[in-house]
Amino acid sequence: MPFATEAAPHVVAPNSVGRVMRTVLYALAPVVILHWVFFGPGLAIQILLGTATALLAETLALRLRRKPLAPFLGDGSAILTAVLLALCLPPLAPWWLIVTGTAFAVLLAKHLYGGLGANPFNPAMVGYAVLLVSFPVQLLHWLPPQLASEHAGLSLAETLSTIFTGSLPPRLSWDAITSPTALEALRTNLKMGMTMGEAHQFASQERSAWLWIDLAIAAGGVWLLAARIIRWHIPVAMLGAIAACASIMYAIDPGSYAGPIFHLTSGASLLGAFFIATDPVSAATSDRGRLVYGAGIGVLTYVIRTWGGYPDGVAFAVLMMNLSVPLIDRYTIPRIYGHAR
Amino acid sequence: MNRSPTGAAAPAAILAYGGLRLSAHKQASTARPLRVASAAQHYVLPLDQHAGAPSTPRVRPGDRVLAAQPIAAPGGALSAWLHSPVSGTVSAIEPRPAPHHHGAPTLSIVIANDGREQRVEPRASVSFEQLAARELCQHIGHGGIVGLGGAAFPTDAKLLGSQLEGGPHLLLNGTQCEPYISCDDMLMRERAQDVILGARILLHALDARHCTIALEEDTPQAEQALRAALSRCHDERVRLKVVPSIYPAGGERQLISAVFGVEVPFDALPAGIGVVCHNVGTAAAIAHWIRDGQPLISRIVTVAGDGVHQPCNLEARLGTPITTLIDDCGGYTPRMTRLILGGSMMGSAMPLDTLPVTKSTHCVLAATALDLRSRTQEMPCIRCGRCSQACPALLLPQQLHWSIQAGDQNALARYGLMDCIECGCCDYVCPSQIPLVERFRDAKTLLSRTQAEDQAAVAARTRFETRQARLAQLEAQRRAKLAEKRQRLGGRPQP
Repeated sequence: MPFATEAAPHVVAPNSVGRVMRTVLYALAPVVILHWVFFGPGLAIQILLGTATALLAETLALRLRRKPLAPFLGDGSAILTAVLLALCLPPLAPWWLIVTGTAFAVLLAKHLYGGLGANPFNPAMVGYAVLLVSFPVQLLHWLPPQLASEHAGLSLAETLSTIFTGSLPPRLSWDAITSPTALEALRTNLKMGMTMGEAHQFASQERSAWLWIDLAIAAGGVWLLAARIIRWHIPVAMLGAIAACASIMYAIDPGSYAGPIFHLTSGASLLGAFFIATDPVSAATSDRGRLVYGAGIGVLTYVIRTWGGYPDGVAFAVLMMNLSVPLIDRYTIPRIYGHAR
Repeated sequence: MNRSPTGAAAPAAILAYGGLRLSAHKQASTARPLRVASAAQHYVLPLDQHAGAPSTPRVRPGDRVLAAQPIAAPGGALSAWLHSPVSGTVSAIEPRPAPHHHGAPTLSIVIANDGREQRVEPRASVSFEQLAARELCQHIGHGGIVGLGGAAFPTDAKLLGSQLEGGPHLLLNGTQCEPYISCDDMLMRERAQDVILGARILLHALDARHCTIALEEDTPQAEQALRAALSRCHDERVRLKVVPSIYPAGGERQLISAVFGVEVPFDALPAGIGVVCHNVGTAAAIAHWIRDGQPLISRIVTVAGDGVHQPCNLEARLGTPITTLIDDCGGYTPRMTRLILGGSMMGSAMPLDTLPVTKSTHCVLAATALDLRSRTQEMPCIRCGRCSQACPALLLPQQLHWSIQAGDQNALARYGLMDCIECGCCDYVCPSQIPLVERFRDAKTLLSRTQAEDQAAVAARTRFETRQARLAQLEAQRRAKLAEKRQRLGGRPQP
């Protein structure tokens, strides 16, 4: 009786790239929901726009590269790129912003380098960096959370019309409703000569909403750790490095530098640590390498935030450390069993 | 690193070495007692069923042989004796499909069973304690004993190669971490006294003072049986050690790390750090040979999987066709799809079931869709690192994979391709469903060929350069002699 032969192992775990990516998306779901509660449906619309663009761009690229559509469209990686990018954009940003950024991320940052698994740079961060450099003004229109409660907020229709026409309903104006992010406010206020205490007060109006969202991000990150989708090395190293830098500078001059808690809970610190820097494709490989990689992102983030020209530095920090990955990998090959250290 | 772990009280360090907790799938085959496999009409004995040189036949077609009679002698320094499993006639010495060649033919002795069960007069029981260690090792070799854990390395050679001053620490491997395989568990449950006697013989053969029998935490019945047998013989030198059931903790190097907390250097044998590891099945086979004069003519084989009606462990004579074992287990179920020799992680799928049981056959896995989980669509590596967390050799399989794709042989050497033990852990966890082990195996062949070619090239160049130098030297000597002669003859310079 003849049998078919196949190479060992004869069993594999029921796992797939799609499952990994979907788990990350599920971990982000509470963040999106809380965002809607505090800031209205803007982010959800951005995500839908980004997802549609990502799938279209992915289809186009796969067609051009003569790759099968089903497995790669189903792997969820393009959608994840779009969602991460949408999370970095203001919820009322004009539609073409997320479309341009996502298309750039998927077509150029991902497929030009060989598609899934081959991109040296985090696609979402490439998309964000392109937008930040090209359209800095549009990226400043962040909404304060009060809009949802006190001003009765923007309805779904008003949000849609704002995103697609670029103009607000007649009863509102950009100046009236947008507010700078905590980091941006802190930085402008410090420049205007306020003391740290005053600067913080000004910036702290919307902190509570963001703290809830940060909590959701951290919870999602912990869930990913527990599900073994990500490992602790990058988040711990990155947040540790930010906290360390902030503590040192705060200890030296508390009047001019914000403390570690502020830095950990503002900007994209937590989102970056758990969801962006942990992108395995563009991160360092070994555990030790990932500690170096994460710490590098943390330090660069703090430096760019504090002394650089941009309010937040996570995107550029991630991209710069992406650049360093081949070097890190080269010098952090782990000791093999039975070999001397 | 190089200290002897004989006295080391290091904690079990297995969790530091990756590995997986897999479903064991051993309940079905251990639920039934150990049985003797049915007799077959023909027994096929490949001459190269052990590691090393093939054995040389001592019989010719047509010869009548008795059970336990030597039919082939060692064919080299590293080789093994082979004994007839039954009485009967040598019907042929010809190439026959063999399991260790994936069903390809290899020279084998075929014996037609006459059913009379006549055996050679058993030699008188040897009192092993009165033999010198070396003599005992050689005597073990005459029993055709090889490692029964799967590698089939001639036991006498392994024993003679690990005669250490002060005696090594004997480690008996009673762990079978791979799913489905339960032959050692059943052996220890039912023949614990044989294992203990084997341990004592091995202690004497090695002039060793300590023996640790390593067991997995999920074989409590084997542990009980061994403890009972130990308490009967009061041998203080033999101890038990229970290790976590983590695949592949039963691999020799992995087990040594789990038990002693030290690593075996990549370029050394376990004897290099004072440990000698033998399988419990080997120990029992040695006991049979020394105590009863029974050479290695049978072994315990697990028949497992959803593809047979009654999975169980069978004591099968060497050369028994696998079909006979399958029949003893109630035959195939209609769902039977793949025949695997070994377990689900490292076993080899066989194209046919007429292959014989050999000294290294520990498990016949008749697998169905219930036992197998085939790969789905292969996707590109996303460098998630699951593989490196699972790797017991502490490698970075994802980097090996990338280096294979890039054809970078230097990187493959740097990332330790040759240290891969092919356990399949990386393959098992890979979300991209990449057949990593298969790729690594192919790349290893290629890399060792390249390295051999490089070495050959260096050797050839050295040879050439040495020859050139030698010729130049001879030429210089000749010229010097000539000049000297000329000077003596009259000092006239040559025009």
